[in-house]
Amino acid sequence: MRRVVIVGASAAGLAAAETLRAEGFGGTITLVGEERHAPYDRPPLSKQLMSGAWEAGRLALRDQAALDALGAEWRLGVRAVSLDVAARRVTLENNDGLDFDGLILATGVRPRRLPGRMPAGVHVLRGLDDALAIRDALAAKPRVAVIGSGVLGTEFAATARGLGCEVTLVGQAALPMARQFGARIGEMIAQRHREAGVALLPSTQVLRIEGADHVTGLRLPGGRILPAELVLVAIGSVPTTGWLAGSGLDLADGVVCDAFCQAAPGIYAAGDLASWWHEGYGRRLRIEHRMNASEQGAAAARNLLGAREAFRPIPFLWSDQFDVKLQSYGLFPPGGEIEIEPDAAAPGRFVALCRVEGRLVGALGWNAVRALRQARQRLAGALMADA
Amino acid sequence: MRVTIEEDKCCGAGQCVLAAPTVFDQREEDGIVILLDETPPDDKLAEVRQAIRLCPALAIKVEV
Ligand SMILES: Cc1cc2nc3c(=O)[nH]c(=O)nc-3n(C[C@H](O)[C@H](O)[C@H](O)COP(=O)(O)OP(=O)(O)OC[C@H]3O[C@@H](n4cnc5c(N)ncnc54)[C@H](O)[C@@H]3O)c2cc1C
Ligand code: SF4
Repeated sequence: MRRVVIVGASAAGLAAAETLRAEGFGGTITLVGEERHAPYDRPPLSKQLMSGAWEAGRLALRDQAALDALGAEWRLGVRAVSLDVAARRVTLENNDGLDFDGLILATGVRPRRLPGRMPAGVHVLRGLDDALAIRDALAAKPRVAVIGSGVLGTEFAATARGLGCEVTLVGQAALPMARQFGARIGEMIAQRHREAGVALLPSTQVLRIEGADHVTGLRLPGGRILPAELVLVAIGSVPTTGWLAGSGLDLADGVVCDAFCQAAPGIYAAGDLASWWHEGYGRRLRIEHRMNASEQGAAAARNLLGAREAFRPIPFLWSDQFDVKLQSYGLFPPGGEIEIEPDAAAPGRFVALCRVEGRLVGALGWNAVRALRQARQRLAGALMADA
Repeated sequence: MRVTIEEDKCCGAGQCVLAAPTVFDQREEDGIVILLDETPPDDKLAEVRQAIRLCPALAIKVEV
């Protein structure tokens, strides 16, 4: 194998490139990225960058020296538009063709949008350019409405509230982040938001966005209007597979891979884009979290080089909201039984364990870093026992 | 080798502690990394490298 092409120059793509080199691959590596920015970190977009604590430069995933040391060819600011599996070639929007022996797909996800044209002031949040535009707009202290009470919407609501804006979190679900962590944790998150002055509108369907040039509010059922000058649409994301249509790859949920992150011979996928068979859980997963992007990028690269290791990580995610640091390992499937283990020594800190049919599958820490790490060891044990 | 950390970058993910438990720990209050050993023995290099690879905040550096 002489030529590896990596499409998507973010967390997963970068980890793949670095791992190829760390494992001794001496051929050419070409990284293609639609954004003009060198690889940067997304989690701070809704946290430190949005709050103003950090400037954009701090988000760089590597400094220039480290990027140079990779000895890769960078094609930034250009989109890949098609893949020919048989001819082993990726075509870019400027019609350049990149021939490869090995390919790693890491094009991530895009925010799901509301249908129709949107007035100014309606945002999605995925990239640095989105985040900078929102941050600028928040400086005028607009009334903020967030549509969608998943992890991103809920976290953004906390950050905007922390900046002194009036914030309403509108969700279809009965409780914020309940889809991720269940109703009990969702109730505690809702409580923390109410205490901080975020208005919650659960179980609410937004009928339309009001405003001609600039947004003026959201129309809700019963003829009610929620006034807002800034709206964040955080209703989930869709894998960026459009450019792979017609390639023959299975795109049922992102790029569908086997237990080794392989989508087709010599073609692997990693990060938010990839769904794969997790042998430890005995099910298919696609994970949209930062740690997985690095771990899976590295795993895909090793397997491309012939390692044949099944990828079976313990999923990890974190979110910062007001003074609460949430971290979780594993899964919280619907119907899982939640048990809360309070920290006797420290009120307000706890670990929540999730079990399915008696088997430990997930653990969440609420300001409980160390206790959660212990729970992780139990989780790892439970996962191994079942393999 | 010499290990350095940037506390204000750390997001408390704890991957470093999992990868190299003799080199890193975390403060209980906020999970921020604590460097237990600035100059670990050479046989810990692979663990430290793994910590650097996994750290989502890029808060760890090593000079060999
Ligand atoms: C605001 C925000 C906050 C987050 N907070 C957290 C958090 O607290 N904790 C956590 O665990 N996770 C968090 N995440 C999720 C985490 O950032 C992602 O899981 C991670 O970025 C995924 O990395 P990736 O490399 O798979 O995909 P991405 O980072 O999405 O990168 C994909 C790249 O591919 C490029 N691309 C797409 N299509 C093409 C094409 N056709 N040709 C060329 N390039 C293309 C894109 O422009 C993009 O740069 C957050 C995400 C966001 C947006
Ligand atoms: S892995 Fe990085 S971010 Fe996580 S605790 Fe260690 S130093 Fe901090």
